[in-house]
Amino acid sequence: MALMASSRHEVGAKSFPLVVYIVVPLLALGLQSLLSLHLNQFDLIDLPLLVTIYYAITQREPVSATLAGAVIGIAQDGLTHHALGIFGISKALIGYMAASLGVRVDAENHGARMLLTFGFTLAQTVILWLLQRHMLGQPYAWHGVHELIRAVVNALVGVILFALLDLTRRTEY
Amino acid sequence: MESFFTRYRNALVLIAVLLAQVIGLAVQVRRPEANAPDKGGVRLIRSWVVNSVTPPEMLFHWIGKSIRGVWSNYIDLIHVRKQDRDLKAELDRLRLEEDSLAEDARQGQRLQTLLGFKEKYIYKTVAAQVIGTSGTEQSHVLLIDKGAQDGLKPDMPVITPDGIVGKTRDVFRHTSQVLEISDVTSGAGVILEKTRIRGVLRGDTWGQPEIVNVSPDERIQKGESVLTSGGDAIYPRGLAVGMVERVIPQPEGTLVNVLIKPAANLARLEEVLVITDTGNEIPAEMAQDLTDAQQKASDVLAERLPSRTDPNAPADEQPDAPTPGSDANVTPPVKPPQPLHPDHYTPSDTPPASELVPGQRITNAESAAASDQNNSPAAPDATTPARHTAETQARPSTAPPKPKTKPAASPAASGHPAPAKQTQPETKPAAPADGTQATPPPATQPQGGA
Repeated sequence: MALMASSRHEVGAKSFPLVVYIVVPLLALGLQSLLSLHLNQFDLIDLPLLVTIYYAITQREPVSATLAGAVIGIAQDGLTHHALGIFGISKALIGYMAASLGVRVDAENHGARMLLTFGFTLAQTVILWLLQRHMLGQPYAWHGVHELIRAVVNALVGVILFALLDLTRRTEY
Repeated sequence: MESFFTRYRNALVLIAVLLAQVIGLAVQVRRPEANAPDKGGVRLIRSWVVNSVTPPEMLFHWIGKSIRGVWSNYIDLIHVRKQDRDLKAELDRLRLEEDSLAEDARQGQRLQTLLGFKEKYIYKTVAAQVIGTSGTEQSHVLLIDKGAQDGLKPDMPVITPDGIVGKTRDVFRHTSQVLEISDVTSGAGVILEKTRIRGVLRGDTWGQPEIVNVSPDERIQKGESVLTSGGDAIYPRGLAVGMVERVIPQPEGTLVNVLIKPAANLARLEEVLVITDTGNEIPAEMAQDLTDAQQKASDVLAERLPSRTDPNAPADEQPDAPTPGSDANVTPPVKPPQPLHPDHYTPSDTPPASELVPGQRITNAESAAASDQNNSPAAPDATTPARHTAETQARPSTAPPKPKTKPAASPAASGHPAPAKQTQPETKPAAPADGTQATPPPATQPQGGA
């Protein structure tokens, strides 16, 4: 199977300069907040989620991916009026799952990245729905077609964004 | 034991992280006021995030504003003169409208005072730039560049000139979060302008405001204006909210929801006003505006009305023209028509049938005689004044009529020759019924005095 990792070279972990770990999530949060103000449909895209997925599938370390997802998610919660932890829990779970899958899947393949992003976007929607609707008892907008469109858009944007982020990393053998 | 932690390290870390966040969520949700601003550690974390994200946003916003400012202030000035003329014309029109509404406003204020109704007037607002959003569809929150340092506090109404936007939620030192009316957790007391139906406004799951749990009413029509009712103690009464878009029956129950198209363009907000101070008394500035508007409206009207004299126009040779000393701008008051018959039912006034003329409406002899006089060619008009005077003179018991015109406008006082129908009978005072000497006629002679 072409999407599965077939050699040690393919599963070699990638690392990033420390500044990238700090600046990229902040940039993702800032752009998400700023562009949603000027582009009506930009809130379909979830840049913090894409960054979480990217770090997870390239690092392939579930613990760090879980922590990174939790921190990015809580920061995203900070921009909303929701209780802190809704995005934190969902992104921690997504980070863990993406890192676990990243070991088994060829994360350098654009098709695999697209499929992973598509699936994790839908997974995050399900987690958010469970948390808000059934755990917190708050209303949550669930519109099937809309969520599918969101997943497709994130998958397409993710491919481009991952290619850009690839430029910042250094390979470790 | 060590091998257990080593083996399940990843899963254990995940569980620990999730558990910590679930506990944190439970603590936050457990607060009595779910929509109240955060306190303690939650507020601290939110403050860190907002303060980390907003400086670059402010920078981007400043750059964009500068570019737009250069364009609009130095380059795009082609239609400024035409706009200036249009705006001046609109200003005149609005002054007239404001003048007509000012009296209604004062009357409304007096009535509200009588009823003990506490109206909220907007005393002070703070203009703020919208620099960001929450970035998600699940949270309709804006970030503005004004905070506690500018006098903002939680739960202050945020508006635009078009309509309400929302209310402040978390207020930080230099920035604030604004919860839009389109959010599911928002709430505002509103009233339909025509049908006066009250309700609570909140956002639906698509982010469109709606009035929830309204009793079905056929009078609710598309396009009806929705205003704030003031019942929520946050938004002042009477602010524009939007217009009715359509009525949606609820799936369960017999109530309906009314979808609202917001008056403010919530999807494209750049500047908003935060109402920081309200009060029950009409602000001095507004009162001064009303007075100024009344004076300016009089000026506008005076310029437009044809009664204003033109100093360069030729002199009017008509005999009823105003005297040079009189005020040319004063329009004489409209005189009420004289009664045709002062009294048709007084006994012994009915003439015999042999003296009646077919088609003649006058019913007594004196009146008929007066009518004959008025029908002569010397009389310019065979109508009521002379006839009325003859009747009143013939009946001493008739109550004296009041003067018809103002003294200054009297032809006798002005020195101009008056029409015959006014001078002959009306300027002659009748003898009193008791036979005493009538007082000499004053400068303002009553018409048809008895």
